[in-house]
Amino acid sequence: MAIVRIPPVLRSSTDGEREVEAAGATIGEVLQSLVAAHPATSSQLFGADGALNRYVNVYLNDEDVRVLGGLDTKVGDGDQVVILPAMAGGS
Amino acid sequence: MAEPLLNRPCGGRYGDLVQSIGSTPLVELKRLSPKPGVRIWAKLECRNPTGSIKDRVARALIEDAEAKGAIEPGMTILEPTSGNTGISLAMICRRKGYPVKVVMPESVTPERTELLRMYGADIVYSEGAKGSNGAVELALEMAEADSSVYMPYQYGNPANPRAHYEGTAPEILDELDDVAAFVAGLGTGGTLMGVGRRLKESLPDVKIVAAEPMQGEPVQGLRSLDDGFIPPIIDIGLLDRKIFVSNHDAVVWTRKLLDEEGLFAGVSSGAIARVAVRIADELDEGNVVFIVCDDGWRYLSSGIYTRPVDEVPNLDSTVWW
Repeated sequence: MAIVRIPPVLRSSTDGEREVEAAGATIGEVLQSLVAAHPATSSQLFGADGALNRYVNVYLNDEDVRVLGGLDTKVGDGDQVVILPAMAGGS
Repeated sequence: MAEPLLNRPCGGRYGDLVQSIGSTPLVELKRLSPKPGVRIWAKLECRNPTGSIKDRVARALIEDAEAKGAIEPGMTILEPTSGNTGISLAMICRRKGYPVKVVMPESVTPERTELLRMYGADIVYSEGAKGSNGAVELALEMAEADSSVYMPYQYGNPANPRAHYEGTAPEILDELDDVAAFVAGLGTGGTLMGVGRRLKESLPDVKIVAAEPMQGEPVQGLRSLDDGFIPPIIDIGLLDRKIFVSNHDAVVWTRKLLDEEGLFAGVSSGAIARVAVRIADELDEGNVVFIVCDDGWRYLSSGIYTRPVDEVPNLDSTVWW
């Protein structure tokens, strides 16, 4: 099982949960497990085409999966999957 | 006739302060290197005239606007910033006769406000809970409502990465024959895109690595994930790695730079150093170059350099970078 960390903006869709356990061998499977447990997250995480919402960043531990293997990125037992909104960096 | 300098290079001779932007030192940080074959180099952008890498960007943005005929003296320059770009713009624009107005989150350190006032900028504060997203949103609204201002818009202006493509990157290539990895902070994306493109042209195997802030929850005040923001100049395909760093770890590594190397740097530089050392640890040999974006003066009042990290007030509600 992976631990999925939920950002404040999504917690109204996870009954206030900050962390959720979710099964899956890939990031895509883990997120689908999250959606199965908390269906309201679906429209926030995914677009109509099933791709990750462009304003959602998903990290395997601390690395952005978009520069790893995307939704096919392998997830190990006990890994953390961190969801964060895409925000402007300071500058 | 004067005696020859014993400590050459002396840093060059320039006609004015704006011309002296860039040509920053590249300094090896031997104590951070995890293994003998891997050398870690810090590009000291804190040595620019206002103390940050944003001097390069501000100069490029203003010169680009002048070249296009988009501005003339007396016209107000408006820009969203968490501080450094505003400070650089204010210094350059005051010399050239352009008033500057910056939109900045209210949750930045007070030194940035002081520096902006010192250089004569007007400051409009955006809601702290919205972080830099809030500053961008408000500045775009203000620019839309007032056609008499010019917004360079560093997040979307190709002059921003070009400053690094034409400046920062050639300086690195001038000093090192090979670079295994380049690490910089992800803010507007200007440094990573400009340096990344130029380095990859000469060194196709170089890894371009982004260190990005994991903003504290108090400044993640979005109503929905659709309110997110990706700077238009960012092409994520250019990045080989993208790693977030918490405020806590950024401060720990900012202190490490100070304690181990005597380098008094800002918080983003600590975060970038943390990622640089991690990448260095994964290599067997080669040069890892990272950016020291600014110096520590503008964070001094926060207590991060003298207090234990767990006692730093407002660690997660401050926009550090």
